[in-house]
Amino acid sequence: MSDELIREQECIWRTMGLADEEYERIRQLLGRDPNYVELGMFSVMWSEHCSYKNTRAVLRGLPTSGPQVLQGPGENAGIVDVGDGLAVVFKIESHNHPSAVEPYQGAATGVGGIIRDIFTMGARPIASLDSLWLGDLSSPRARRLFSGIVAGISGYGNAVGIPTVGGQTVFHSSYESNPLVNAMCVGVMRHEDIKRGAATGVGNSVMVIGSTTGRDGIHGATFASADLTETSIERKSAVQVGDPFREKLLLEACLELVARGCVLGIQDMGAAGLTCSSCEMASRGGTGMIIDLDRVPRRETGMTPYEVMLSESQERMLLVPTPGREDEVREVLSKWGLEAVVVGEVTGDGMVTLIEGGDQVAHVPAKALADDAPVYHRESSKPEYVDRLAAFDTIGVPACTDLAGALLQLVASPSIASKRWVWEQYDHQVGAGTVIGPGSDAAVVRLPGSKRGVALTTDCNSRYCYLNPRLGAAHAVAEAARNVACTGARPLAVTNCQNFGNPYKPEVFWQFREAIAGMSEACRALGTPVTGGNVSLSNEDGETAIRPTPVIGMVGAIDDVELRVPMGFQAEGDIVVLLGYTRDEIGASEYLAVVHGVEAGQVPALDLEAEGRLCRLLATAASRKLLSSAHDTSEGGLAVALAECAIAGRLGATLRIDCAGHDAGLAPDRFLFSESGARALVTVEQSRLDEFLALAASLNVPAAAVGCVGGDRLCVEFGETPKTCTGAGAERRLDVSVDALSKAYEEAIPCAMEG
Amino acid sequence: MKFGIVVFPGSNCDRDVQTAARAAGYDAEFVWHTNTSVDGFDCLVLPGGFSYGDYLRTAAIARFSSVMEPVAQYAASGRPVIGICNGFQVLLEAGLLPGAMLRNTSCKFICRPQRVRVEVESVRTPFTLKLRPGQVITLPIAHGEGNYHVDGETLAQMERGSQVVFRYCDESDEPTPGSNPNGSLGNIAGICNKAGNVLGMMPHPERAAESILGGADGRLLFDSVAQWVQGGGRIV
Repeated sequence: MSDELIREQECIWRTMGLADEEYERIRQLLGRDPNYVELGMFSVMWSEHCSYKNTRAVLRGLPTSGPQVLQGPGENAGIVDVGDGLAVVFKIESHNHPSAVEPYQGAATGVGGIIRDIFTMGARPIASLDSLWLGDLSSPRARRLFSGIVAGISGYGNAVGIPTVGGQTVFHSSYESNPLVNAMCVGVMRHEDIKRGAATGVGNSVMVIGSTTGRDGIHGATFASADLTETSIERKSAVQVGDPFREKLLLEACLELVARGCVLGIQDMGAAGLTCSSCEMASRGGTGMIIDLDRVPRRETGMTPYEVMLSESQERMLLVPTPGREDEVREVLSKWGLEAVVVGEVTGDGMVTLIEGGDQVAHVPAKALADDAPVYHRESSKPEYVDRLAAFDTIGVPACTDLAGALLQLVASPSIASKRWVWEQYDHQVGAGTVIGPGSDAAVVRLPGSKRGVALTTDCNSRYCYLNPRLGAAHAVAEAARNVACTGARPLAVTNCQNFGNPYKPEVFWQFREAIAGMSEACRALGTPVTGGNVSLSNEDGETAIRPTPVIGMVGAIDDVELRVPMGFQAEGDIVVLLGYTRDEIGASEYLAVVHGVEAGQVPALDLEAEGRLCRLLATAASRKLLSSAHDTSEGGLAVALAECAIAGRLGATLRIDCAGHDAGLAPDRFLFSESGARALVTVEQSRLDEFLALAASLNVPAAAVGCVGGDRLCVEFGETPKTCTGAGAERRLDVSVDALSKAYEEAIPCAMEG
Repeated sequence: MKFGIVVFPGSNCDRDVQTAARAAGYDAEFVWHTNTSVDGFDCLVLPGGFSYGDYLRTAAIARFSSVMEPVAQYAASGRPVIGICNGFQVLLEAGLLPGAMLRNTSCKFICRPQRVRVEVESVRTPFTLKLRPGQVITLPIAHGEGNYHVDGETLAQMERGSQVVFRYCDESDEPTPGSNPNGSLGNIAGICNKAGNVLGMMPHPERAAESILGGADGRLLFDSVAQWVQGGGRIV
């Protein structure tokens, strides 16, 4: 389209997703009207997806530093030190809208994009996790999206050869038309191999390596930043198409380039393709870049400069090679069957300059594109529902007269039930490093050539976050830390994916602001800084927003993978120890939602210091080989935690619980299903019990030996509670066979999906 | 003892085979797919993965790699060759083993530990010297197309010639339909050629070569072939 057309077609920027005041700002920054290509570049770089214009001001409050942090936010991924000169690189990112429109490719390219973010930094990817949020499984649409998304992750991740070792899958009607696909990838490298996405050295070459450029994914970033509507469902062209085979080749080629010392700066072409990679690399390097678009390898003919710059064709990288090594780069890429072409050079003028057919077609300050997007302070107001739902009093919840029935119902509810149907479709073992695989609190992966390992998890309880975003987000961090600590690892750092509705709605923005505040508090208290992540807004179908879903991805370190602790019961005769303090907290619980159909009440209180002490106890006990098994109690409370330990270990247990030491007069149903924080269930060999209890006491963690592993039933008996207490009249004994639990737990999702 | 691991574009278990072989105390080096020689190795491994993306048909393109001609000669000379997962598919496509692979009957990729029964005398192939007939080992499977198929006449010949090396089996060691993960004919998990020196199998021994990874049964295959080589390489 010509520049005349822009003027003729008034306000064309609006169709690209830019506001009038943003267009004015662009004119001011350039000192003239932008041409069509330039306007397209600004529109993608200033989309929420790339610029964080609506959220940046709030995100500044996050804690991002710590002695372990080698690279905080602002690069392609965060990096932490894990000792022995090894560094772990990790990041989580959303691919929600593409997955809503085209689930297989949407999810596949989400995986591909996050893998590239990791090897761009010079690291070999060693594990992936996926946090999936879908509509109620009774809906055919949710089932179709679920199948497609899982198949896409499987199809891409398996072929690239990176094990998908964990994540989570949650079902709730608010995700019906707007599912969430948050993909996390983790890599490892030596400190000295860290590469950054900066274009340095005026006169150095700029190369495009990897795949060719086509018309797929044009305006993907803008698409990702708008609400999902019926018309956007038509926009399948905004969804990229993945080629995992090329990704695998590109991965190996890039790591070979790093090993040979051919890389000065490198960045992958993800959202906003060549536009984003060129201006960000120049901006980080304090330089400019001139690119001859005619030299960019294409897969389609007749592409305009606009299309080349905005294409989101996958499996491409922008590279500034070490000077004089261009031929070597070509050789390495050619060995892997890929192209490497010099398309331009680094300049000193701070401008991104594009040439086509010898003519200049764009000339824009790199910083203006990358860093000068407006920063908005959006209006925020507390939604009406918050106080109303928090006022729900759980005193009125009838006592449970069938504890076994309630527990069976809970373990068969899709959000809690076994996700084997999902993770058996993922290759979770390739790489020969998966020491604890999917289905546990956190996965543990051994670092190649080392006895060290990393514990990995993603967590969020979006019901908590809906009812109380601040507390909910803090809980997500605390649960992630508990999950990591249960394997015996020390929580190290956090990446996050903030999934919310339309930020222009004050109620949505309030949820976002509160969640960030809660996440900040928890990350500070637990010493797990945030090293990166992404924000995905406008997750709504025009009317209803998703529940606020701030997903936390956490990495922990374990010095010797031999010391890892499994989740399931291990041996008859082991003593079951309940750690932490149980309160009357069934508000906002899974029990209340599944068994009583109520999603309301107070979110459980959170004592971050107690969470920290619990994590220290778990990691210390693991390092002294005191633990046979460990599992945190979260959704579904103690009862579900017990069931999961029994199912995983194929062993029952007999417990006798005396409510002394917990909230006075707690009725059995409350005790079993309360979701009080800072608790875990561990088993210890009889001979090590005293040592363990002494350690717990020294670290100020409440610990009570409550029973013994053995048999094929789960039996929990309660001592007397006063008849006056809440929930009086509840059954006093839970007795259910492990087989029945296992069947309910394992069959729920396959039955829903395959009938 | 030195393993040569053939790397095709898209192979992704090559490094795992190397890790497993080295953990067992053996040398293991990569052989690039464009090589025209495979000299200097005591055993060749065609590893798992997605060679050429498996886009046309699993392993359909890899069989045309230049390395496959020396691999065929190596096999013809009676030296040991093992194809694992995608490597098994390459051996089928290359005609070094009979039969073909179909998609799993579930039409889904499956990754899980699997009980596998040894069907042949120990000396039948260099890879089973340390295994007893009837012994059940647990190895992980991870594939989307492991549904082995072959015509009835060939199958009958293979059965008579003890070419069926491994079958998927249940907790009572029986190759039942319920224990068949992918629809494979006769629960076949692995087969060898007539001479016994070429083995193709869908389960991944390299993923079960250290107990910390959930099992060490896979190591027996590495140790078997090493023992065979050290014993002078005798085909029975």
